[in-house]
This record gives sequence, structure tokens and C-alpha cells, in this order.
Amino acid sequence: MAELTYRDAVIRGIAQEMARDEDVVFLGEDVAKAGGVFKATVGLYEQFGPLRVRDTPISEQAILGAAMGAAMTGLKPIAEIMFSDFFAVCFDYIANEFPKSRYMTNGQTKCPLVVRTGNGAGSRFGAQHSQSVENWCMMIPGLKVVAPSSPIDVIGLLAASVRDPDPVIFLEHKSLYATKGEVPDGEILDKLGTAKILRPGKDATIVALALMVPRALAAAEKLAKEEGIDCEVIDVRSLVPLDTQTILGSVAKTHRCFSVEENPRLCGWGAEIMSIIADEAFYDLDGPLVRITTPHCPLPAADILEDAILPTVDRIAERIKRTLNS
Amino acid sequence: MSKKPAQSPALNDDIGEATRLELYRSQVNIREAEQRAYDLFLQNLVKGTSHLSLGQEAVAAGFAVAMKKGDLSFCTYRGHAHTLARGVPVEKVLGELMQRDNGLMRGKGGSMHLTSEEHGVMGSYAIIGAHLPIACGAAWRAQYKKQDDVSVCFFGDGTTNIGAFHEALNFAAVWKLPVIFVCENNLYMEYTPIADVTAVPSPAGDRASAYGLEKIVIDGNDADVVYRAAIKAYDKARAGGGPSLIECLTYRHSGHSRADPAKYRPEGELEKWKERDPIKIYRERLKAFGIGDDVVAKIDADVKRVVDEATEACKASPNPPMDILTTDVYADGGFAWRN
Repeated sequence: MAELTYRDAVIRGIAQEMARDEDVVFLGEDVAKAGGVFKATVGLYEQFGPLRVRDTPISEQAILGAAMGAAMTGLKPIAEIMFSDFFAVCFDYIANEFPKSRYMTNGQTKCPLVVRTGNGAGSRFGAQHSQSVENWCMMIPGLKVVAPSSPIDVIGLLAASVRDPDPVIFLEHKSLYATKGEVPDGEILDKLGTAKILRPGKDATIVALALMVPRALAAAEKLAKEEGIDCEVIDVRSLVPLDTQTILGSVAKTHRCFSVEENPRLCGWGAEIMSIIADEAFYDLDGPLVRITTPHCPLPAADILEDAILPTVDRIAERIKRTLNS
Repeated sequence: MSKKPAQSPALNDDIGEATRLELYRSQVNIREAEQRAYDLFLQNLVKGTSHLSLGQEAVAAGFAVAMKKGDLSFCTYRGHAHTLARGVPVEKVLGELMQRDNGLMRGKGGSMHLTSEEHGVMGSYAIIGAHLPIACGAAWRAQYKKQDDVSVCFFGDGTTNIGAFHEALNFAAVWKLPVIFVCENNLYMEYTPIADVTAVPSPAGDRASAYGLEKIVIDGNDADVVYRAAIKAYDKARAGGGPSLIECLTYRHSGHSRADPAKYRPEGELEKWKERDPIKIYRERLKAFGIGDDVVAKIDADVKRVVDEATEACKASPNPPMDILTTDVYADGGFAWRN
């Protein structure tokens, strides 16, 4: 058991899989000799060499296209897109090529690859380097979409993603890179499509993802301490496949549900979960389904503005308290 | 086989009779199958869209015949020719165009996405430029695993103006990948002349130097010329010499897609190019090498018979069944996204 940062967990996760399987290769901008702009790939080039850990030009289409061609023909590439906002310049692969080739070819084409990317706000980078794009990916049939919130989940879910036979979008949260957590020694392998109940509770369910998970937990503690409200906090972890059973099971117990989403409001992932609950657990509910999200607005650069636009611990706690007391 | 070495010493040249007959058969097969596709379209039996390569057969035949088993083809939506050239049965291709259950992908992909991995046809891509980086990735795998196959990526002149073309060329050159980029310059991107929208006269050839590559512009209507260029590029790639970019000058006899009557072409242009029809050129070539009319006629008849049989088989094939509607979205065979 060791305490590891989320950043070092990325390195350990990639290294674990590269050591296990020679077909796992890794490419991206500045990922090899420089160790990544977020220092989340330091040492991999030295450990696995220039044939397996490769720097690319600033060519996001070439990165994702090459990953796909390699995956189709026998490798298991991990591709890094530095900022998830850059998905917009290589979206053809994410929207049209990776996810549809198997279906269109009646099952001939395989695409076992992982796209890792730095997602989310908090770095004061402004509207084009801070977005949470999980909802861009979740809507596409054929993709899997994963977003871990802790170092141990980074390793286990990354390993599961690399071993998965489908294309996986792996969203690392930039504001979590420096956070720490306990990680056991030895191989760690988790399972996609499994949510985790991080805090059991009886009064309301909070579903959260990535950076919103620690905020939801902090809000739950605040509500318990100040209001005597006992919230159950679920880390969704994997948007596709989605573990609806854990969520529906929790709602059946608490009769209330709140989502905490960093993505902008319209068509955020929480809307899909809330629609499932409304459809399948309506008679379990004692009150409205409430989404706590970033507003339908680009992200500002200034720290005080960026801090204000995301769901904060206080905003989460306040909204839950107001809803339960109304 | 009416081989007459006394009259035709060049039969034993670098290409040889057997290969020449293969090149001829391939071109005629493509021509016959695509003309049939057009006829079936007029009968409302080919649904959706289709993009024919009539007039461009020498490119597909030349590159495919020069390939070894295991080499990989990456095609565009104008991919019937390249798919047929790798030996995919006509019935499978026409079946997909007719969206029948006997089609290559049982109607799930359609004309623009013909794929037959068992024949090395790694897909037909309908988003312009998308497959150039993908071909780079397949070539990267060959390089990494020390396998000696080459990846051959076909595209039109219009592709040379999209970003993925330039990203892929640079990427392939920097990584020295065993990939061949084949530009079929048929003078029109879709309806607009490529010259009207491109900064240089040779849309691919004049871009080669930007990536440290040799400018190669060849006669794409002469299958021998294409075949020789292909062999040279494949040999270089297999020897670790990196990518090649080859621009093939050719002309499509029909419009961009089935919706296009190609009225934008200047008068006389089509007729001029039909004088240089690749199949006409190749019949004359075979004659010059002393290959008898009977041999040629037999190939023509064989091909026609196969296409006729394929047509009837497709007409007799049922529509795709509903039980494949949501299969193969994910690797588990289904489309489940939740528990």
C-alpha cells in the first residue's frame, strides 16, 4: 500500500498494462521524452523505449487515426489528446470512425483502443482548455466513456479500458492530477460499467463524476453536520456502460436523487440518468429530480469567475437542502 | 493460352504475360461490375448512393495486382473498384449496393463502406481524408511488429485539400511508415474542377516535397505504368524506405455520384478521355504483346458470366433480417450500454 497522486496513478496504470502486453503502445504530443504536459506520463519512455512510447506532431487527426489503424490490425494503442477540448479537431474519429466501423462492417472491424485526455476545469485556462466533454462522447453509440475520480480508480479503470475490446474514451480530470489516495501494491484491475457507493446514506442520492465526486462528498458531510441530512454519494465512474442498477437501487432506498455535473447543462450526462429514474423509478420518488450543473455558458478564465461557475460544495449543499426542505 | 514468344519477346519483360492477363481481367471485372451497378440503379435496384470508378480501373487493378497477400487496402466511398480488385466476389459487392442479405456487410454499411478484411480490404471511408491517418496506423503496426505488409491508401484529388491528408503525410514521413498514398486525380473534386480550388497544378505531386517525398505523377490510365509504380513503392516501403505519394492522372466517365449527370464538363472532354480508356489501352497492349483475341474474348466472357450470375443471385437474395439491426455495435455483439 502506498499513497499515490492521481497523476502518478496514470503513469502506473499505463506502465502496468505496457509491461503486461507488448501490443500496448502509447502515442501523443509531448508524451515521451517530455513526460507529458501534465507530467502524467513521466518515465514511460525510459521504461518502454522509443518504439512503444512515441511523440507525435501536433496532429490530433493523425494521432487518433493512427491509433485506430493500429488497433484494427492487432495493437492495443493508448492515444493521448492533451486537452479534451481538442476532441473538436479530431472528432471524426471519435464520432464517425472508432464507434461505427464495427457496426458498418457487420462485425469485421475491431477497434480496441483507449483515448486518454485531460478533461475539466480549474486550471484557469479559459473556455477552450477547460471543458468537460463527457457529454460529447456519451451520446455516440459504439464508444465507452470512463472518468475516474481517485488514484486507485485511475489504475483499475485504465487497465480495464486497455483490456476492453471496444474504443474507450478515458477522461482524466486535470484538477485531480495532484490529489492523493491509497493504492495497494500489485496489479489493479477494475471493471467498466460499475458505479461505486462512496458514502452510504438514507435521505438522498447524489450521483457525481470525476472532480464533482469529492465535492459531492464534501457537500454530503456538510449536510450531515449542519442539517442532519444523510446523503448517499455514488461515483458513476463509467458513463458507458452505465451502472443503472446501483443508481436505481440507491434511489429505491433514499427516494430522492441529485446529479452533480461539471458539463454544461444542456444534454449533460445527468439528464440521461434522471430520465432513466423518471421512467423506471418514478413511484420510488418523494420529490423532484434535481440536476446541479455548470450553466449553459462557456468557461471563464479568471479564477474567481471559474470557481463561481462550477458546482461548488456550498451550491451543492444549498440546493439539496432547499429541495428537501421545500 | 496463345502465348507466341517468337512474335512478342516483350512477353518476358518485367511484367510478363500472366500478370498482364491478371491486370486485364481485373480491369474488365471492375468495368463490368460497375456498369451493372449503374444498370441496376436505373432499375431502382441499387439503393442509396453509389460512386463509380468507370474510367479509373487501371489504378485499382495496377495497385492491387502488384500487392502481396496480406497487404492492406484502404479505400474511399469510391471504393467498389479497389474492393473488387482485391478479389472480393462481385456478388458480395453488388449485394451490398443492392442492400441485400448476401451483401458484403449484409446491408449494414452500404456502397460507401465496402470492407472485406479477409481480402485485405480494411474499409471504405466516406469522410474525406479520414483513412489516411488510419492507413498510417496499420503501417505503424507492421513496422512495430516487424511484419512486411504494406498499407495502400487510395483517395481522390479533392482529398489533398483537407487537413487529414497533410497530417498523415507528415506523420508517415516522420515515422518512415510502410504506407503508400495513392491519389486518383480525375480532375474534379466533386463537381468543381480541382484546378479551380488548388494552389498547385498537381494536387498531390506538388505537395510531396513539403513532406520530403519524391514527386511522382503517373499515367493512371495505363495499368502497366501503374503496376510498375506500385511495385517500386511497395519495394521501397518493405525495405524500410518509408512512404510514397503517387498521383495517378485519370478520368471518371460518369458523374461524381449517381445523382450527378456531370454537366459541368466542357464539351469534348469526356470523348477525349475515352480515347484513353484504360481498357481500350490495355486491349491494344495485349495485342501488341501477341496475346490472341481468343484469350481476351474468353476473359471478357468469363467476367460477364460471373457478373450475370452475381446479379441474379443478388436479385434472389432476401433483404437483411431484422435480427441484425442492433448487432455488432460493441464487441460483445450487441448494443447494450447499461445494466
